[in-house]
Amino acid sequence: MSEHAGHAAAGDGPANRPARRPEMRVRPTAPIVPTANVSGNALMLVIAIMAFLACLTFGAVSMVRATAASWQSQISREITIQIKPDDGLDMEQALKDARDIALAFSGTKDGTIVDRAATARLLEPWLGEGLDLDELPVPRLVIVTIDEQNPPDFAAMRNALSESIPEAILDDHRTWVDRLVAMAQTTALIGTGVLVLVFSAMVLTVIFATRGALSGNRHIIEVLHFVGAEAGFVASQFQKHFLKISLKGSFAGGLLAALFFLVAGFWQGRSIATPESDQATALFGTFSMGLAGYLGIVATMLVIALLTTLTARFTVMRTIYEIDLIRSDPSRTDQLPDP
Amino acid sequence: MIHFENVGLRYGMGPEILRDLTFDIPRRSFQFLTGPSGAGKSTLLRLLFLSLQPTRGLIRSFDREVSTIPRDELPMLRRRIGIVFQDFRLLDHLTTYENVALPLRVRGKEETSYRADVLELLKWVGLGERINVLPPVLSGGEKQRAAIARALIDRPELLLADEPTGNVDPPMARRLLSLFLELNRLGTAVVIATHDLSLMDQVEARRMILSQGRLDVYE
Repeated sequence: MSEHAGHAAAGDGPANRPARRPEMRVRPTAPIVPTANVSGNALMLVIAIMAFLACLTFGAVSMVRATAASWQSQISREITIQIKPDDGLDMEQALKDARDIALAFSGTKDGTIVDRAATARLLEPWLGEGLDLDELPVPRLVIVTIDEQNPPDFAAMRNALSESIPEAILDDHRTWVDRLVAMAQTTALIGTGVLVLVFSAMVLTVIFATRGALSGNRHIIEVLHFVGAEAGFVASQFQKHFLKISLKGSFAGGLLAALFFLVAGFWQGRSIATPESDQATALFGTFSMGLAGYLGIVATMLVIALLTTLTARFTVMRTIYEIDLIRSDPSRTDQLPDP
Repeated sequence: MIHFENVGLRYGMGPEILRDLTFDIPRRSFQFLTGPSGAGKSTLLRLLFLSLQPTRGLIRSFDREVSTIPRDELPMLRRRIGIVFQDFRLLDHLTTYENVALPLRVRGKEETSYRADVLELLKWVGLGERINVLPPVLSGGEKQRAAIARALIDRPELLLADEPTGNVDPPMARRLLSLFLELNRLGTAVVIATHDLSLMDQVEARRMILSQGRLDVYE
């Protein structure tokens, strides 16, 4: 494509002969659609920003969904037996009995008595260090791990416990679980809603930005049409151009979003067990997206590229259609080209 | 080649700009289209270029009735017509060479197959030294010559030119006219819309005079 006509012959003759003028060389053929202009760069920036936001939202929503799911499973994996102190109650024996009763039910896996030291640690934030449990009527706990797939009969367990140890209260966290499930579902729903909104905004922004960038190229479409280019040819020239722009833009945006998650995950991994990290983990979950998250980012990039290309195609086809519409209806003088 | 029969055209609800035009553009013919400003010369050229359809009447172009030609077949028909727009319509990001080669490029031809022809034509119209120049740098006359070269490059069967010598000096106008005549000798029918009486006086040719929407043809 970039071959040159003729060869430059200047300077090959003796100095006293008039120098032959060099043959004109033809520059490498430029693309029909100009490669860089202001609206093209602006479109790339818009696409990069929208891709970044969409990928970020996608990652954040998948993270929140994972966190919500983990709340639900961690809570329902355990039940607690609480035994209140009472006069004449041998607490240690009661704890052991309660654990044995619970473990006798099928569907329970393991039972752990929260010992005195652990109980004191639990109460430390409220009652301070050096707490003597004997001085206070502090209830004690047995934590029983259950099989989520095959949970025990909580009502029967509650009855059996209250028969032998009246001071025992079985907490299957049902209220908490129900609330958390509702909350988790709401959070996931809100996240999905935000995702839908951001994606819709992205789709519309990309479409309008592409159309805006194309409007500055209407004269090119007209000239191509009038020198005998078929609609498909004109459309393919613009499609190629906009595919490049959108791939560059969406790649930049997607890459930034992926980097953001990588850096955030790295920071979280490095600062584990610090208050900042714990807070972030409690609020957002862990900043790890897994393969599905990264595949989602790639899919978002592809959607944007496809969208831009299709919009370019439809807009060009429509412009050509409008030019031809003037042909069939002379009363449409609004966009009449001057021959 | 082109046949108009009782053709009339009006824009919207306005008055008829062209009325009852009946004429032929025979193959290999050469004619001037003239008339006062606003007489409808540009509109008539547009009808000839198939970028407008008449409000009434019949136009046959290359043995086909224009109103029955489907949209997707229009580009193929337009390839047989070369047009020089009054405002040139060159693409500012392409060089003179690339602008002139554009009709061949959109036909899917390889650059190596047409480069020599394009360069030769550019030399002919006096733009041999300006092949790598972008249109914004060209003078009005140079743009006009580039636009003419673009219309001629694919040897059209019909050449339509709207004021093709409006921006050039008399010697260049004569040179361009001889280019049109040469093209006509090679078999292209030529329609030149012009106000330039001195240009018309140089050639014994058919004159089509538009006045108040009506056309008189002087053979």
